[in-house]
Amino acid sequence: MEGSEAIAEAAVLAGCRFFAGYPMTPFTEVLEGFASKLPAVGGTCINAESEIEAVGMAWGAVATGARAATGSTGQGLSLMQESLSEITRAELPLVVFNMARGQADYYQATRGGGHGDYRHIVLAPMDIGEAVALTQTAFDLAFRWRNPVLVYGDYLLAHTCEAVAIEPLPFDPLPETDWAVDGRLGGSGRSRLLNSIGMQKGRGEIDPERFWKRIQAKHDEIARREVRFDSDHLEDAELVVVAFGSAARFVRYAVGQLRERGARVGWLRPITLWPFCSDAVARAAEGAAQLAVYELNAGQMIDDVRLAVLGRAPVTAIGGISTDTSGFGVGSLLDADVVMRRIEALLERGPEASPDREA
Amino acid sequence: MTRDRILDTATPPEAPSRRVGPRKPDLLLGDSHHLCPGCGEPLAVRALLESIEAVAARQAAIGVVGIGCYTTFSGSMDVDLVQALHGRAPSVATGVKRMRPESLVFTLQGDGDMVNEGLQEVIHTAARGEGVTCVLLNNGVFGETGGHMTATTALGQRTKNTLEGRDAGYHGYPILIGDLLAQLEGTAFAARTSVHDAAGVARTRRMLTRAFEVQQQGQGFSFVEVLTMCPTGWFVPTAEGPQYMDEVLGRVHVTGVLKDPSARA
Repeated sequence: MEGSEAIAEAAVLAGCRFFAGYPMTPFTEVLEGFASKLPAVGGTCINAESEIEAVGMAWGAVATGARAATGSTGQGLSLMQESLSEITRAELPLVVFNMARGQADYYQATRGGGHGDYRHIVLAPMDIGEAVALTQTAFDLAFRWRNPVLVYGDYLLAHTCEAVAIEPLPFDPLPETDWAVDGRLGGSGRSRLLNSIGMQKGRGEIDPERFWKRIQAKHDEIARREVRFDSDHLEDAELVVVAFGSAARFVRYAVGQLRERGARVGWLRPITLWPFCSDAVARAAEGAAQLAVYELNAGQMIDDVRLAVLGRAPVTAIGGISTDTSGFGVGSLLDADVVMRRIEALLERGPEASPDREA
Repeated sequence: MTRDRILDTATPPEAPSRRVGPRKPDLLLGDSHHLCPGCGEPLAVRALLESIEAVAARQAAIGVVGIGCYTTFSGSMDVDLVQALHGRAPSVATGVKRMRPESLVFTLQGDGDMVNEGLQEVIHTAARGEGVTCVLLNNGVFGETGGHMTATTALGQRTKNTLEGRDAGYHGYPILIGDLLAQLEGTAFAARTSVHDAAGVARTRRMLTRAFEVQQQGQGFSFVEVLTMCPTGWFVPTAEGPQYMDEVLGRVHVTGVLKDPSARA
C-alpha cells in the first residue's frame, strides 16, 4: 500500500472522523485518502479553499471533541502557523500531517513559525509501517495531552509502496473530553470558552500569565515523558550518526554495511523530533569520539544535537541540501553509497575534515 | 432622525427612569461591560442572546467569536464558545457544524474581522451553503485600535488613517458585504439591520431569530449584518452616535432583508 493511503487508513482506524486539506505535492494523496475513506465511516473530509481555512475547519471540528486532522507540505503549514500556535494554547488535540518536500522543515516542525510560546509533539516515522503506528499514536498523544501532534513525513514516505498490516494498537484509557463544546451547558453559568489567553466565563479580566505558565508546565511534563528514539551499535561506537525520517533509513543501512566491514560506527534516530532525545545523544557523546548528523537540509537538527552534546564531542554535518529539479526533496543524498562514503571519510580523517559536499 | 430624539446625557433626566422590561437576558453573565458609552455592540449582543432563547436553542448554541471590542462578551455570553483568530471564525464554525449538525452554530465578528482580514472565509462559507449563521457587527471602523479605516468605512468618513475623510481615489470604495453575500447561491438568508434606535433593535432581534430559524430548517447559510454605533471611533460626541450612524454609515449600508428563502417560493 502507498504511504499516503496507509496513513489515511491508520488515522480512520484511530477514530479520525474529520479532515480538511488543500492539495499540494507530495501531500495531495493523503487528502485523497481521507476523501475516499471518511464518508464510509460517517466522517467528513472537506477540500478547503486554502490551508488557512483547512486548519480553521479542523480547529472547529476538534473543539467539539471529535478526532480531527489537517495537513499539507511545509509550504502549506507555513500558512497555518498562526492558527497552530493559537490551537496549542487553546489546548486542542489536533493532529497535523506534514508530507514535507524533504527535511528542511525541521525548524518549522520543532520550533514553529507561529507567535508566542508553544510546542508540538513531532513524530517522524522512518517507513510506512512505522507511519501506520505513529499515526495512531499521534491521536492518542494529542488527546492524552490536549496538545497538537505533528507527523513529519516526506515524498518518499507518502509516495512509495510497502506491504503493511494496518491493525489497531492498544492504548491506555484517555481522560474525558468534558472540555469540548456541545452547547449543553448553555444558560447554566458553566458554559465553555475555548481560548488561548486564559479568558474565563463570568470574569471581566483575562489572566494570560498564569494560563500560559500552566501550559508551559504541561510542555515540561511532555518533554520528560514522551521522548522516543531508536538506536543500534552504540556500545563500542567511535562515531555515532544521528538522522531522522527517511534519511535515517539510509543511515541505518549504511551503518549496518560498515559494521560488517568492522567499522566502529553506530546510529541514533530521534522518533520524536520534539521532545528531542537529548539524554540519549548526551550518553552517546560520552562513549564516542565523535558524532555526525545526516540530515537533508542546510543544518537544522544539528542544533539540537550540539545542545545535547554540549561540547563533549565534535559534531559534524555530513548531510546537506538535496533535492530534485521539482524541489520535492528527492535528491542525490538519498543514497546509501553516499552515506557510507561520508561516514568513512569521517572515520579516516576525523571530525576536522569537512565532508565533500559535492559527494 | 431628529436631534430631539437623542437622550441628553449631559444633564440629569427630568423624570426618574422606569424599568420597562427585563434588564438583562438570561444568557448574559454579569451586569456590566467594558465598552465605551454609546457603543452599539452591547445592544447587538443582547439581541443575539435573546434570539437564541427565541428559537429555544439555549442548550444547543455554539458560538465562534472573532477579535474586536465585542470579544469582551466571550466572558459574559453563557453559551459554549470557541475563540477564533481575527477573520477565521467562519471556517472554525464550519468544522463545529459538520461535527455537530444538530447544534445552532453562529459566528460573531466585526467589520475589520470579517470584511478586511477574513473576507475569503465568509464568502466561501456562504458559497458552500454551510448551515451556520454569521453575524457581523459593522461600525465602519476598527474600534478596538482606536478608529481606523476598515473595508466598510463610508466615503467621506473620517478615521485615524483617513483624516480628511475616505477618498475613493486614494482609499478605494467600501464593500457592501451583505449585498455581496446575498448574491451567492449558498446564502439562504441575508439581512442588514441597525441598533441606532429602538425600532432597529427590535428589528435586529427579529432578523437574528429569522436567521437562526433558517439554520434550524437546514436551508443553508444565513447572515445578519448589524450596524452599530462607535462614537469613540467616529470621533463624535456620544449622544450624536445614533444620528451619525443613520446619516453616514446607514446611507451606504442600507438596512433591510437582502434575501429570504420564503421569498423564493
